[in-house]
Amino acid sequence: MSSELLVPLLIVAPIIAATLPVALGLWTDRTGWPVAALTTIGLFGAAAYIARDVYAGGRVTHELGGYPRQYGIQLVADEFSMLVVVLVTAVALGVLAYTRQGGPRGNTFYSAYLLLTGGLLGISLTGDVFNLFVFLEITSLATYALVASGDGPEAAVAALKYLILGTVAASMYLIGVAFVFMATGTLNMVELAAAIPEADPTLIRAGFAFMIVGFATKVAQWPLHTWQPSAYNRAPDGVTPLIAALVSTASAYAFGRLIVTVFEVDYLAAMPRAGSIVVTIGCVSVLAGTVLAVIQREVKRMLAYSSVSQFGLVLAAYGVVIAGQSETAFVGAAIHLVGHGLLKAGLFLGVALVATSYGARTVDEYAGLAKDRPFAAGSIAVLLLALVGVPPGVGFVGKWYIAVGAVQSELWPVAAVIFLSTMLTLAYAARLLEKMYFTPPAAADRPHAPETGVAATDGGTDDDSSGPAGAPGTVDPAAAFRTKGSPDAVSTGMLAVVVVAAIAAVALGFAGGTLADMLAPFLTEVFN
Amino acid sequence: MIDALTAAIASKYAYILLFVLLGIGLYMVIANENLVKKLIGVSLFQSAIFLFFIGMAYVDGGAAPIVPADGRVASPLPQVIVLTAIVVGIALTAVGLALVIRIYSEYGTLREDTLREVRIDE
Repeated sequence: MSSELLVPLLIVAPIIAATLPVALGLWTDRTGWPVAALTTIGLFGAAAYIARDVYAGGRVTHELGGYPRQYGIQLVADEFSMLVVVLVTAVALGVLAYTRQGGPRGNTFYSAYLLLTGGLLGISLTGDVFNLFVFLEITSLATYALVASGDGPEAAVAALKYLILGTVAASMYLIGVAFVFMATGTLNMVELAAAIPEADPTLIRAGFAFMIVGFATKVAQWPLHTWQPSAYNRAPDGVTPLIAALVSTASAYAFGRLIVTVFEVDYLAAMPRAGSIVVTIGCVSVLAGTVLAVIQREVKRMLAYSSVSQFGLVLAAYGVVIAGQSETAFVGAAIHLVGHGLLKAGLFLGVALVATSYGARTVDEYAGLAKDRPFAAGSIAVLLLALVGVPPGVGFVGKWYIAVGAVQSELWPVAAVIFLSTMLTLAYAARLLEKMYFTPPAAADRPHAPETGVAATDGGTDDDSSGPAGAPGTVDPAAAFRTKGSPDAVSTGMLAVVVVAAIAAVALGFAGGTLADMLAPFLTEVFN
Repeated sequence: MIDALTAAIASKYAYILLFVLLGIGLYMVIANENLVKKLIGVSLFQSAIFLFFIGMAYVDGGAAPIVPADGRVASPLPQVIVLTAIVVGIALTAVGLALVIRIYSEYGTLREDTLREVRIDE
């Protein structure tokens, strides 16, 4: 089959498949898994097939329904979008393999999961700014549902907070679209790029400003990040990797796409202060995110704040792209997006694994993990080091390109912020590494369930946050520890997914130059 | 000066009203403690944006785009867009209200300040 026909299938197939688990669920309960597995494997295969075509022969486009792009919707698979498409399908496959044993399961989960995948692929492939809004909202709806499916009422509160902020953010983006549409009369990205230089600059600037606010919220930039740590923390363990790795990544990708394809770098460079605003948002988030991550006790929450800073880095890189018209920074942003997606998926999967098999959720409880669970600890250590930016890891490659781009454009503050944030990232990563490898497990530190028992005596006010769900006091502590912290709960397959993520993070680090080469045709087109 | 101002207001009054509505919606989202009212605020905020699109499509003396008129017609594209956006907005409101029901049945309150006291962390 030709790639032109596969591109719309990448979006349509998961969205149609998303209805199947619930529909067939009326007949039998066990339909969700085969549908999700078949669809995801198919998507991954199709993505790899299209990627081969795109990197060999340039972009592939498809006009939906045969309507020309002036008033129809166009799907575009080019070098930049395929990076995200392959990341989305690969992470979705990994998470699905993990949740087979690790949970959550059930038809509703598989429906939301497929809807999320379809929305993310839509964001990556669409060539239409309004269609982008629709896919953003499809993704968000699935994410709200998945976050709310976490244990306990806290998950519903986190999901509602996310819903309100996410909706306002998407609406801000929609206002931006309205202004741009008002000025140009078209919604297609390529047509917009041609029309924007001649359009009324005031409307375009207003549109861009609204879009910045919208995406800064969607990507969780300080101070609009408040929804993100609680959403990541409260989502079920098996869902957090998917959300953390992909949802914000897709939004950040969409923002980058708007910058380079719609508004175009030369135009934005001429727009007063556009570059410095984006740089400032990014840099402030990098610092705020890392500082907040350092002071967290819970590992999941710590990693969530770390996402704030890592996406800050991507936004700072976009700022460098605008202000300095730097190709290198753009390559850095693209690699960092993919690398960070992979790293965060791996890390959250590792954290989920540890929570299931070891019962540990706070940094202190990770004591002695390396001795008890050497493979899990080793993978987490590799992923953490890659996140800090230790050379063979993929985190280094992205940061390196961004830093080089910043230096070439003489934006020294960005380079300084990257350096400082690396130090701070090391501060929280090292804390976890030290606990895992050099602190013997203290009897009082590790077990979770006895704590819930204690909490029950003082009214359950103390440690609800770290407890493994459920009403304090109703669970027999010993039994809870056995089920929660038994190695039997973890299959080899779950561990294998985490190990593969760690290996991929290192392998991608070595392949950094190849990734840059793969992006080269796109760059020459964008920065001519 | 005054004349110019009134002329500007008279020609742009629709947009001014829409942005007032937008502001009311946003203010409700930020300042209202009641979760349902917050969601209604989100809804108002979105409605203002929909009206903004429709206002944009207006053409002086133009017919509705569904009627095959020989003269001027209003631009159909924004109206189609708004139709999609309304569907998205309804879905979001529905999900939000479902979450509110869940929160109410768990905590027995709809007010955010009470909720903050009941909840332990964050």
